[in-house]
Amino acid sequence: MDQTSSTFVNMAGTATKRQEVKTLTKAKKRKKISGADLAFRICNGLFMIIFVVVTLYPVLNTLAVSLNDGTDALRGGIYLMPRVFTMKNYETVLAKDNLVTGAFITVARTIIGTLLALVTNAILAFIVSRKNFMFAKQVSLFWVITMYVNGGLIPTFLLFKSLGLTNSFAVYIIPGMISAFNMLVIRTYMRGIPDSLEESAQLDGAGYTTIFLKIISPLCKPVYATVALFVAVGQWNSWFDAMLYNRMASQYTTLQYELMKLLSSVSNQSSSAEAMKNAGEGSVTPTSVRAAATIVTMLPIICIYPFLQKYFVTGLTLGGVKE
Amino acid sequence: MKTKSFNMVDFKHQKVLIFWALAITIYGVIFYYLPLCGWLMAFQNYKPVTGLLHSEFIGLGKFKLLFSDVTFLRVIRNTLAMGIINLAVTFIMAIVFAILLNEMASKGGKKVVQTISYLPHFLSWIIVTGILHDALSGTGIINTLIMHFGWASQPINFFAHEKYFWPIVAFANVWKETGWNAIIYLAAITSIDPSLYEAAAIDGAGRWAKIKNVTLPGIKPTIMILLLMNVGNVLNAGFEIQYLLGNGLVQNVSQTIDIYVLKWGISQGDYSIGTAAGIFKSVVSIVLIVIFNNIAKKHGEERLF
Repeated sequence: MDQTSSTFVNMAGTATKRQEVKTLTKAKKRKKISGADLAFRICNGLFMIIFVVVTLYPVLNTLAVSLNDGTDALRGGIYLMPRVFTMKNYETVLAKDNLVTGAFITVARTIIGTLLALVTNAILAFIVSRKNFMFAKQVSLFWVITMYVNGGLIPTFLLFKSLGLTNSFAVYIIPGMISAFNMLVIRTYMRGIPDSLEESAQLDGAGYTTIFLKIISPLCKPVYATVALFVAVGQWNSWFDAMLYNRMASQYTTLQYELMKLLSSVSNQSSSAEAMKNAGEGSVTPTSVRAAATIVTMLPIICIYPFLQKYFVTGLTLGGVKE
Repeated sequence: MKTKSFNMVDFKHQKVLIFWALAITIYGVIFYYLPLCGWLMAFQNYKPVTGLLHSEFIGLGKFKLLFSDVTFLRVIRNTLAMGIINLAVTFIMAIVFAILLNEMASKGGKKVVQTISYLPHFLSWIIVTGILHDALSGTGIINTLIMHFGWASQPINFFAHEKYFWPIVAFANVWKETGWNAIIYLAAITSIDPSLYEAAAIDGAGRWAKIKNVTLPGIKPTIMILLLMNVGNVLNAGFEIQYLLGNGLVQNVSQTIDIYVLKWGISQGDYSIGTAAGIFKSVVSIVLIVIFNNIAKKHGEERLF
């Protein structure tokens, strides 16, 4: 039914035609809203409710645990609301030096990494989307190959080590900066911009730098936003590079890696009795601190992503497909 | 002659482009192509002291060692099994979810459900595994429900039994990616010509008939190309969650090729065997992609290259 109603939004048909469709739809609506159709709607609605509950419950439960007294939480039975309210878990998180350092590094890598990745991918996409650039094809192919062939973990690790990238902040920024996928997304978008814009600018004496900065880039804002979002989320959520390359450099730890260490410390506790014994510092337990740290880590993303929906939907459609 | 002069003019004019292309290519050579030289290690008795140039070559010895290792064979099985199970369930769920969401009558409800469905995609595997640990713990929601309905006499320790590991991984993947993967199908459904639905309605097609005869054929090219991309990635799909959720009790079913590489290569320092395992994975992936690409080509479907 939705499909039919969206029809006349899309259709450039005549008014009469629209009227026709409208009456048809109305007739159908009246006729079919019964029996099987109603059953389908109810089932579908139920399915969606279950889907939403399953998606949201774990997050809300973590929120409730993070706001609950740690020792009390070990008794279980906390679902959506905290039983013994406290902010102590968050205070503990904010007082932990490693988490604060991690947060700082994570924010830094997200901002710097996203900016650099955006600039370099945009330049590359600009180059390979110039129709008359003599090496456009070769450069494109060079990058597409990297999507399918890579050296693997060990050779990459050894290379980074010999380049002095281990125990450094740069390892978060430099290696993954340009990626073929992001480049292809921007390239597809740039190819959709009419050549005449570039040509008329060239007639006015503009060089490629001016064309890139003043003509193409302003038009590419939506796709830049998309790529920035992809890169930023990747940077924010990344933990493996911190573990692999900066294990020894605690000053470059990230929020996610610290969270991982909290998780393993929690799951290694054999029993809750032991956890209770460990809960020396007041009523805070590793579980409740981890819940608070989890909320702190996911909060920025949860607050931002709903407003950027249109960008990632465009991005996915542009990049052809990507899981 | 004409070509030559044309090129010279181009070259001058395109100086900036060539400069940047060169700079970026050098970057690419260093970070994407140079590691490939490291593949030599797999054919050597690599010692960090002697380096890549002076280590002793031993041919396929490391590969023979690898395939005589029961652990490695088990690791291949785990990687393939989880890769295929995850691919199948996430794939089907995404399509089903997209179709059902599209059938929702209320526009506002649709928007809300869709926005919520993206949420887990933006959470890291660290957070997702943390959440899973909570939900599946002795006092977690799952065990609470099980006890409530009397399905078990005592809480199940989900992380201590091998039989639960693959289903947990599959569920986690579905939970995290269903909404995200559905985006592309929803976009494909939106682009189906609405007149097809009208025609079907006039022919007396009900909801199911429309889904079967209009929606599914309409998104078939998208399904095919996504399947193609993901089949090539089947071996790449197993690291983070298995690494984070695995423990000594379930390591027979939890370890994947990537974990094996990490364990032998980095932790034990046997770079040669780690690289050999990595090469095996890369080669199989590429072969899979080429095979499925050709299958798609034969059937006249969209393909990757």
